[in-house]
Amino acid sequence: MSLNKEQVQHIAMLARLNLSDEECIESVAKLSKIVDFVNQLSAVDTADVVPMAHPLDASQRLRVDDVTETDRRDFYQKNTHETKNGFYLVPKVID
Amino acid sequence: MDIHLKTLSELSRGLDNGEFTSLEVTKLFLDRIAAQDKKLNSFITVTESEALKAASEADKARSAGKVGPLNGLPIAHKDIFCTQGIKTTCGSKMLNSFISPYDATIVKKISNAGAVILGKCNMDEFAMGSSNETSFFGPVKNPWNLECTPGGSSGGSAASVAARLTPVSTGTDTGGSIRQPAALTGTVGLKPTYGRVSRYGMIAFASSLDQAGVITRSVEDAARMLSVIAGFDKRDSTSIDCPVPDYLTGINKSVKDLRIGVVRQHFEKDSEEKTLVAIKNALSEFKSLGVEVVEIDLPNIDLSVPAYYVVAPAECSSNLSRFDGVRFGHRAKNSKDLFDFYCRSRGEGFGDEVKRRIMTGTYVLSAGYYDAYYKKAQQVRQLIAKDFKEAFSKVDLIASPTTPSPAFKIGEKLNDPIKMYLNDIYTIGANLAGLPAMSIPCGFVNNLPIGMQLVGPHFSEEVLLRCGHKYQKETAWHMACPEAFR
Repeated sequence: MSLNKEQVQHIAMLARLNLSDEECIESVAKLSKIVDFVNQLSAVDTADVVPMAHPLDASQRLRVDDVTETDRRDFYQKNTHETKNGFYLVPKVID
Repeated sequence: MDIHLKTLSELSRGLDNGEFTSLEVTKLFLDRIAAQDKKLNSFITVTESEALKAASEADKARSAGKVGPLNGLPIAHKDIFCTQGIKTTCGSKMLNSFISPYDATIVKKISNAGAVILGKCNMDEFAMGSSNETSFFGPVKNPWNLECTPGGSSGGSAASVAARLTPVSTGTDTGGSIRQPAALTGTVGLKPTYGRVSRYGMIAFASSLDQAGVITRSVEDAARMLSVIAGFDKRDSTSIDCPVPDYLTGINKSVKDLRIGVVRQHFEKDSEEKTLVAIKNALSEFKSLGVEVVEIDLPNIDLSVPAYYVVAPAECSSNLSRFDGVRFGHRAKNSKDLFDFYCRSRGEGFGDEVKRRIMTGTYVLSAGYYDAYYKKAQQVRQLIAKDFKEAFSKVDLIASPTTPSPAFKIGEKLNDPIKMYLNDIYTIGANLAGLPAMSIPCGFVNNLPIGMQLVGPHFSEEVLLRCGHKYQKETAWHMACPEAFR
């Protein structure tokens, strides 16, 4: 196994994912398989190869910094019930 | 001929000639969905009342002489496209009750052209899968054999078109998600050039690979649809500003003197013998149409799957970080603190395959591993793109099987991610290099359809469509309909 349980738990923590014990055991096996599979890339000689940034070699467009959207906060907030005075509610952050 | 057996183009001509109304056509497809989709599970949402209203309006517009290019024609959308006021789930529990506040550009363009939306199609969760088995809403069945998967991730889109529940469905393709299900269901699947069709409002999976397209019954229908959906969109930062040709007129041009390349590596291994025979027969057909077929090499093509399974998960782990349970999507209850809230909302909302991809992506991007994985994969991607570029200096298009074998059984590959990933061995290259590609039906193996893939240089959709259309004028594979859905 190229990954162990502690590594998988660490990755899950970085990715903010709760894993059950069962899911964690399964992930160790399956993620190890995936990592082993993609490890074949390490044998490829890529010296002096520029990593691809865009498939068409295009660069990101810029736009004028104008306000183009109207305020539709109430409408957008219809996708959650947990709001108060226009703010989203989350568990307490500071004691 | 029964209305449901007609292609989109035939329906369009029938509406033009007054043979039937949009309301009649729409009702017929809605009835078919109600009666037949229990067997397939190809729809997540059916928008019956909206569809009937849109059909009546289309009929009114027609009698007033105002006719868009898709006026009154029914269509289904993959549930990855945001539809204002209609649930958009992306096949996930995470978005089970998400109502988009806006329309995706492709949805808007299709509606503005006069089309009638029948509903939203089932798909692999967040488009991550090749069998439609990762959907929170259950697997989709293949209309040709209900024990088989229709492929994925646009499995519902492909199955619904194959079963004649809709003449056309939209789809998205990150590593083959339009072409592979099209091949496994005997339909046409077109993935345009990266940037050709706007990604705005298409829920992001891997932004440097994602591209929207269509699944249709004929190449002519694909040309008709592409003319509507292609074009620059300022809301998509990677949309390309270049003119959109009239694809529908272009399909009738000659294919004589075109040159198709066959990749030597593809015929040496990977595929089942019977699949290769079907492809060889299709190539003979092309030769008889005056197309030259030559052998070419793509020396690094075997690296496309491992490169993809670094790049795609990396981009997915970043894109899916927006699902934090706060502003929309699944929200965990009774959390201890904010950290616990994020972990539980995401842990409960995402399915196994999505979690696996997020974790793979997080791992390859994490401190100390970036150069070894992500940078390396983007370098390999450059090598693969260079191989294609060199090949296209010698040939106009490249042909291959779309998949190594016909449709596989539900459950057959679910427990082995690598086996599932290798099903995309022929399709991933086009995504890595941003190339347009199309799968067209070209035969049957064990009573299951086989698809041939054509790949072209950037913005060569016109040539792809012309070649595919010519082939379909000479063959009838695309007319075959699964017996249970005639």
